[in-house]
Amino acid sequence: MSTFCFSRQPLDPVALAAGLADPAAGGYVSFEGWVRNENEGREVRRLDYEAFEELALKEGARIVAEAIDHFGVREARCVHRIGELGIGELAVWVGVASGHRAEAFDACRYIIDEVKHRVPIWKKEHYLNGDSGWVNCERCAEAAQDHRHHHGG
Amino acid sequence: MARVRLRYYALLREQAGLGEELVESAAADVAGLYAELVDRHGFRLARAQLRVAVNSEFSDWSRPLADGDEVVFIPPVAGG
Repeated sequence: MSTFCFSRQPLDPVALAAGLADPAAGGYVSFEGWVRNENEGREVRRLDYEAFEELALKEGARIVAEAIDHFGVREARCVHRIGELGIGELAVWVGVASGHRAEAFDACRYIIDEVKHRVPIWKKEHYLNGDSGWVNCERCAEAAQDHRHHHGG
Repeated sequence: MARVRLRYYALLREQAGLGEELVESAAADVAGLYAELVDRHGFRLARAQLRVAVNSEFSDWSRPLADGDEVVFIPPVAGG
């Protein structure tokens, strides 16, 4: 199994954790990102995740390798869903197996933080009122428009 | 002129109204190509808000275009 991958099917964290089983590991830390019913004051009905998979797989694997190298953990993996997800579904899983707990927590935190900032994955929220929007994109698109108008005016 | 393949994702895919296209561009680099596409498709994201990939690897904006390149402009990401 590669250290970073995508799934179009629901994730099973118990099975994923079993994949990290290692007699030399004294600790296992995981992070589960769940689909929340609210974002920035708006009620969310469901999400669509989309990825530029060729590059995302490479960048995701680089992040996991950085975490293993930097924190000295034994093994780490990350799996991200793509497609349509409902409230409460598991959207992203990170698992780290390590000799000791401290570096497992640090590596797990590093992986989820870097994945959110660096891997080309996009999330479209569908709101209860029928609207929808790409997270982190709609507002900056508006900001760019305002900026242009400001300079053009 | 360089013939390049463009693939669009997320907000840019919706604004362009298509997932990919082949274009001939006289732009000197990928930054110039994005400026052409802003005119063609009305993209509202400023270049400073994007990253760019050429042939499935992150690239500088100053990279010259070559025939056969596959270019992806990457809107702000939101994994997790």
